[in-house]
Amino acid sequence: MVTGGLEGAGVFGEVTTRQAGDDDAVCGVRPRWVALPETVEEIAAVLRACAERDLAVVPAGGGTKLHWAPPPERCDVLLDLCCMNEVLEHAAGDLVVRAQAGVTIAALSAALAGEGQELALDVPFGEDATVGGTLAAPLPGPRAFRYGTARDLLIGITVVLPDGTVARSGGKVVKNVAGYDLGKLFTGSYGTLGVIAEATFRLHPMPPERRWVVAELGGARVPAVAAALAASQAEPSAVEVDRPDPAGPLTLAALVEGTAAQTRGETLRELIGPAEVSGEPPSWWGQVFGDDVLVEVRFPASGTAAVLDAAAGCGLSLRGSPVAGRVLLEPGRELDEDELAATVSGLREKVEAAGGRVSVLAAPCQGVDRWGHVSGLPLMRRVKERFDPGRRMSPGRFVGGI
Amino acid sequence: MDTLIAALRSLLPHDSVITDPVRLRTYECDGLTYHRATPGVVVLPGTAEQVARVVRLCNDFGVPFVARGSGTGLSGGALPREDGVLIVTSRMRAILEVDLADRRAVVEPGVTNLAITEAVRDRGYYYAPDPSSQQICSIGGNVAENSGGAHCLKYGFTVNHVEACEIVTPDGDLVTLDRMDPGYDLLGAFIGSEGTLGIATKITVRLCRAPEAVTTVLAAFESIEQGGQAVSAIIGAGIVPAAIEMMDALAIEAAEAAVACSYPEGAGAVLIVELDGPAAEVERQFAQLEEICSAAFELRVAADPAERAAIWKGRKSAFAAVGRISPAYIVQDGVVPRTSLPAVLAAIDRLSAEHDIKVANVFHAGDGNLHPLVLFDDGDPGAGERAEVVSGAILDLCIEHGGSITGEHGVGVDKSRYMPKMFSADDLDTMQLVRCAFDPQGLANPGKVFPTPRLCGEVPGVRKGVHPLVESGKADQL
Ligand SMILES: Cc1cc2nc3c(=O)[nH]c(=O)nc-3n(C[C@H](O)[C@H](O)[C@H](O)COP(=O)(O)OP(=O)(O)OC[C@H]3O[C@@H](n4cnc5c(N)ncnc54)[C@H](O)[C@@H]3O)c2cc1C
Ligand SMILES: Cc1cc2nc3c(=O)[nH]c(=O)nc-3n(C[C@H](O)[C@H](O)[C@H](O)COP(=O)(O)OP(=O)(O)OC[C@H]3O[C@@H](n4cnc5c(N)ncnc54)[C@H](O)[C@@H]3O)c2cc1C
Repeated sequence: MVTGGLEGAGVFGEVTTRQAGDDDAVCGVRPRWVALPETVEEIAAVLRACAERDLAVVPAGGGTKLHWAPPPERCDVLLDLCCMNEVLEHAAGDLVVRAQAGVTIAALSAALAGEGQELALDVPFGEDATVGGTLAAPLPGPRAFRYGTARDLLIGITVVLPDGTVARSGGKVVKNVAGYDLGKLFTGSYGTLGVIAEATFRLHPMPPERRWVVAELGGARVPAVAAALAASQAEPSAVEVDRPDPAGPLTLAALVEGTAAQTRGETLRELIGPAEVSGEPPSWWGQVFGDDVLVEVRFPASGTAAVLDAAAGCGLSLRGSPVAGRVLLEPGRELDEDELAATVSGLREKVEAAGGRVSVLAAPCQGVDRWGHVSGLPLMRRVKERFDPGRRMSPGRFVGGI
Repeated sequence: MDTLIAALRSLLPHDSVITDPVRLRTYECDGLTYHRATPGVVVLPGTAEQVARVVRLCNDFGVPFVARGSGTGLSGGALPREDGVLIVTSRMRAILEVDLADRRAVVEPGVTNLAITEAVRDRGYYYAPDPSSQQICSIGGNVAENSGGAHCLKYGFTVNHVEACEIVTPDGDLVTLDRMDPGYDLLGAFIGSEGTLGIATKITVRLCRAPEAVTTVLAAFESIEQGGQAVSAIIGAGIVPAAIEMMDALAIEAAEAAVACSYPEGAGAVLIVELDGPAAEVERQFAQLEEICSAAFELRVAADPAERAAIWKGRKSAFAAVGRISPAYIVQDGVVPRTSLPAVLAAIDRLSAEHDIKVANVFHAGDGNLHPLVLFDDGDPGAGERAEVVSGAILDLCIEHGGSITGEHGVGVDKSRYMPKMFSADDLDTMQLVRCAFDPQGLANPGKVFPTPRLCGEVPGVRKGVHPLVESGKADQL
């Protein structure tokens, strides 16, 4: 069925398809069609049809991060997963949920909250962001310090390969070492290996209490305070810092969850100094700055001081976790392409000297080295060649032009 | 093989190449002793560079290679090839770096799991994954098997605790896979690949801060059903203990005979529950736990580390202990959703009665990971076969209930024939894509994990006649 123009009629059989408009462009590349599959089989049908006609495909969830990563080399079909929006199975007694890729994080959270459970990811824009998009473009949120990232919570996945093959790995039990873990491979693949159709996650019981310990802190004290918090037996779930003005004050907030949160929060306060213990997070907690330009830095804890200095030196706003070794940076003002490229390379030099890595998640231009040197790149290329020999899945959108 | 051996000798120190048949035989099996093969040659490299050179040589000669750590694997993963090289990591045992500021340690693959914890314990840290074999098994083997332990219910598996691996790829390149790097999560794909995607030569692990409080509880129930209900109630109450282990009457009897663990007499099942974390939280959860376990006829709480060790002693000795009550046994490893435990245990009972084969049940109840010990008398003709049938039927049960054929021991040679029951041909073909990307020649631990490996150039779906790998003797048809 095709609506809004007949050009695609028959190409995708029974799958709902419409003509693409300007709003459907991915980083300026306008597809010809938008396909809206409703089942795994329909995804497979679309991808088979694309394979036969050598059409390039970009999968889309809520579209909140479609402008991250470079523009695709080509894009004929935007595969919109919004109709795959069913929570398939919530086995509360097993602390497991299986959902289709298009389910929004907000809808999933609501379903789980009914049983006092949660998926321990902190996804901003949860109203729009989907399960599939969160897996394909995952960023560690604050609580990754305790629970790990999306790849650590994913226990099973159904994917559709560019030739239409439907493949599963993992399952619906947490403990499972049978076969290769395709979920790991597809998590963070930015749509370049195939389409994530369904995912199964392990869940956590919703903590009965939460407390945030919030303090303003001199930047120089952050490394020592963060180290003390990370080592604390009061077990914070997250520690985040926020410094919107590169030359301005820095706020640190630590989260404790579970029982006895107030007492444990007070224990943490002793490590920090003057601080407030509150039942509410600070307004910036787990939020993104604007993301026209967004840079991610990962680093070992011992590199904290160097990263804070480098960010300030490069005039970048900073938010993220000194205990998990991950911050997001954003330029304080608009930079042109050359300025941005210079800022990134200056930052990268300092960060890499401290054992860290710099990735540019979002940038409106081409002339920036987004990823720097990637040790496993030749192997990654070989993986891409095996999964997508025709280079039809989000071509050019990932490391090394994969 | 002779020219290969000569070439190996020219690459490695003289005492690193073993060809003496008597010494070769000490490597003929891992912990799963009924699969045996004498390796063509054994090498004991001392450095990553040496491992890489050996692997490159294997490529030049088109000869398969198998990695081996401590040989405690229970699925035949380290089973050697008679026509191949066995690469043993026992000379790569250095802890290269311990950095508590970064909460990580960098170790060589032959380092034992427990050695890492021992290196940092007095400073209040530990390495979380704790397989029962932790005194002996190597961290390289743990990476290959994605090993877990009793405490993985709360803390996860090896894959959740490894930050980076230096690997020798199947074509002999040294590559570092780091969680910090952008790009595909090849580290995640490598961990648990059972030596089929290359050899880990350096591993960076995450260290955890020791918890403030640990409370270990032994609860004795009249029946396994009551024990199972308690497990569900604990999870239902929103408690995530560090561990929940269960043993049935037969397993208790064995442990009693072997190590005199003095578990409460007359118990149909015992539950070991370990709570850990901030003291205030553990205290609160313990109060909840006491209430939940009200059906238990005895509840013991360990007051100190010695008493904790006493509670764990029976559980940790369980595998070996069944040797006291049965001349022979099969250790099975399967997983079911926790809520299916009662149905599956009842079905195992029925299987046991039907085939006249006793089954002792020991399991990680918290995550539904069963370790049924299938007991038989190898002097009794036919008993071994009946035990095999029961053991296999248990895996069928796991699959039927949406579980897995292995929770921690891996597929190896032992379970590759069950893979097609758990996964479709398309699933397996897709996994082969990963294999072919890493190992186009099919030289890294061939014949393990996957039933009939396809050659990497082959088109899926068209299998005719004898498989070329089988014909050339590189693989066995299963
Ligand atoms: C500050 C911050 C904190 C964050 N915290 C977390 C966190 O705690 N945990 C976490 O996991 N994530 C986190 N994220 C990541 C972010 O929330 C996700 O990237 C987002 O959910 C994307 O969802 P979407 O549906 O809008 O994807 P889209 O914007 O539609 O797509 C994003 C990318 O994924 C691809 N894609 C989308 N759907 C599929 C699919 N089904 N199959 C294959 N490829 C697909 C697209 O092609 C595109 O490249 C965070 C992000 C930020 C900025
Ligand atoms: C009594 C007993 C209790 C056990 N308890 C547990 C348990 O609680 N949890 C659990 O998960 N397992 C358990 N096991 C199984 C076993 O100990 C683990 O699988 C362990 O990780 C194997 O380590 P190893 O060094 O002995 O590896 P090996 O047996 O030597 O090898 C295992 C596999 O790893 C590969 N390999 C070895 N080193 C490397 C390397 N450096 N790079 C790449 N591949 C490599 C081998 O090729 C093989 O496929 C137990 C085993 C026994 C005998």
